[in-house]
Amino acid sequence: MAEAHDRPPEQFTLRLRRYDPESGEAPYWDEHTVELEPHRSVLEAILQARDKFDGSIGIRCSCRQAICGSCGVRVNGEPSLACHTHLDAAKLGAKDGVIEIEPMGNMPVIKDLIVDMDAVHWKKIRRVTPWLLAKQPVPEREYLVSKESMVDVTQTMACIQCGACVSDCLAMEVDPGFIGPAALAKAYRFVGDPRDDQQFERLNDLAQDPQGLFDCTHCFKCVQACPKDVNPMGQIMRLRRIATNDQHIVDVNNGERHEAAFTTLIKNNGLLWEAELLPRSYGGNSWFGKFAPPAGRELLSSLPAILKALLRGKVTPMGALRPHKIPSQDLKAVQSIYDKVESRPERYELNLYIAGEDEDAAPVATASTEGSDGQ
Amino acid sequence: MKVAYWPGCVSRGFTPELHGSMAKVAPLLDIELVELDRACCTGAGVIAEHNQELADTLNARTFALAQQVDGAELMMNICSTCQGAQSECQERLDANAEYRAHVNTTLAGEGLAYKKDPTHPLTNKNFLWLLVEEIGLENLRARVKRPLTNLKVGPFYGCYIVRPRERLGIDAEHPRDHYLDHVIDALGGTVIEYAGMRKCCGFPIITMNKEASLKQAGRHLGDATDADADCLVTPCPLCHLNLDLQQPLASKVVGRNLEMPVLHLPQLVGLALGLDPKELGLGRHVVRPTSVIDWSTSVVAAAA
Repeated sequence: MAEAHDRPPEQFTLRLRRYDPESGEAPYWDEHTVELEPHRSVLEAILQARDKFDGSIGIRCSCRQAICGSCGVRVNGEPSLACHTHLDAAKLGAKDGVIEIEPMGNMPVIKDLIVDMDAVHWKKIRRVTPWLLAKQPVPEREYLVSKESMVDVTQTMACIQCGACVSDCLAMEVDPGFIGPAALAKAYRFVGDPRDDQQFERLNDLAQDPQGLFDCTHCFKCVQACPKDVNPMGQIMRLRRIATNDQHIVDVNNGERHEAAFTTLIKNNGLLWEAELLPRSYGGNSWFGKFAPPAGRELLSSLPAILKALLRGKVTPMGALRPHKIPSQDLKAVQSIYDKVESRPERYELNLYIAGEDEDAAPVATASTEGSDGQ
Repeated sequence: MKVAYWPGCVSRGFTPELHGSMAKVAPLLDIELVELDRACCTGAGVIAEHNQELADTLNARTFALAQQVDGAELMMNICSTCQGAQSECQERLDANAEYRAHVNTTLAGEGLAYKKDPTHPLTNKNFLWLLVEEIGLENLRARVKRPLTNLKVGPFYGCYIVRPRERLGIDAEHPRDHYLDHVIDALGGTVIEYAGMRKCCGFPIITMNKEASLKQAGRHLGDATDADADCLVTPCPLCHLNLDLQQPLASKVVGRNLEMPVLHLPQLVGLALGLDPKELGLGRHVVRPTSVIDWSTSVVAAAA
């Protein structure tokens, strides 16, 4: 970035989404061109536009250094902190050279770029009982806990409550009642804390909620959105792991059954057996699962899709009834991996946020291009 | 080029037309597929949700098998979900030598080991990435026999192949989150942009919250319809299940009539390379791609 700091001011054009619900007018786009050094932030550009051209532009901000979490907006369609996004990078990401700035999604707009965090984000945070429910008796002085156990929850503690993950949560987009990434990450803060007394109760509450732990769609939006690398989806997976493996919670949303059925079918066959996975997810993780009433009800409701698939030869009856398997020698090797890993006294979970990367680790293994770039 | 080919599970299960069409298209692009038929499921994120080390070890085994394929330039998959799950495991294995050694201890019983060799890193690419970065768009364009002229194609990327960007190697030089657009263009088609092109198809929660899942699929299909797309194309068989197989149910949930054909990437490529729609398995979809194919002459044409 040293280069960027040396560069003289340039012109940057912003396209701002303006909306005042109280006016009764529809939202509209407004364009302003400001002059700033390219390493300056999008927030500085918005503030300059407000100072110079239009004092009525609504934006919430405070610290201007990515700590307070106030200035969450969408820049070129992606949720970010306005103060944490450089103008040159934003211009590069713009479709037509104009930096597009909108309010965050999934929350009602109060004015322009200011959204109602209370109505959505904070309500969801309160939903997960975001404080310690201490083990009794509370020690006279401090609790003594292992360093590792506290390091484990530091990733969730890095959250600055900016709402960027909530803004773009794709499960929340269709199911606004979903507890969502920020609140579930906050839940892990206490589920993972050895001083907390209510791990089972917390997890059971989240797992049984139809809009809770198992409503996350694995879309990685929150992972990408978070400016602090909290990895909310990763925390959700950790909550699920503890709920199912350690607390043995069987939920009404098929979350535990689906995970158990999937894992078992791969152990039995090496490959997925879709026709067996679905009934087991509803009816229970055994061959008999498909005869349980919930599996029958699901079969009935899916009948239109199943019949069409059979009709088109997409799925053949024999193909559906018989699993496809890997060769028996390999299946034995896979099962031996299962046995070894699952018999460990404790799960081995490498978190790169805490462990960091080896110095020699290539930045991104999958990105290395050996062949010639054909473009 | 020779590749260690991981087809995944669903391409051999509920979307057999995907595996089939890849086999037909590969020779036309001079790709030799050496199938990793000894490897097991990537876990699709679900095994990792159960036990991270288990998923990492199973995938390390697959990587080790791929490294044993003589003369293979890289590993290729045809499933975004496999790509995402494998990239996540590979990221951990590559980042930490101690962890890699620990995982390899488990594989040692079978005489296998995943080696991180800086001079020959194991590169794992979805067919989409391979098309653009190894075959090349100009090369692809030159091989087109039946350009998809006037065909309006909506790219459906899904999630696992576009997020998180850093893990998936997406940057200014590798705009992998735009490759479908580039490929559609190279094949002579018209790219249709719509709101849901990089959103979730809903498949991962189909057993947990069926209504929300189908609402996602239905909304994207509706958006693509409103944007006037003739069909969608996707690099992910799981997205295909929710967008095509479940389309009649999604239609009910969102309360609108949907008739949007969804093609697998190799099918779209195969059509442009002159293959017969039937041998690409286009007759096997729940939503018949009649807007894509004039069945009487097998000539690609847009809906009238």
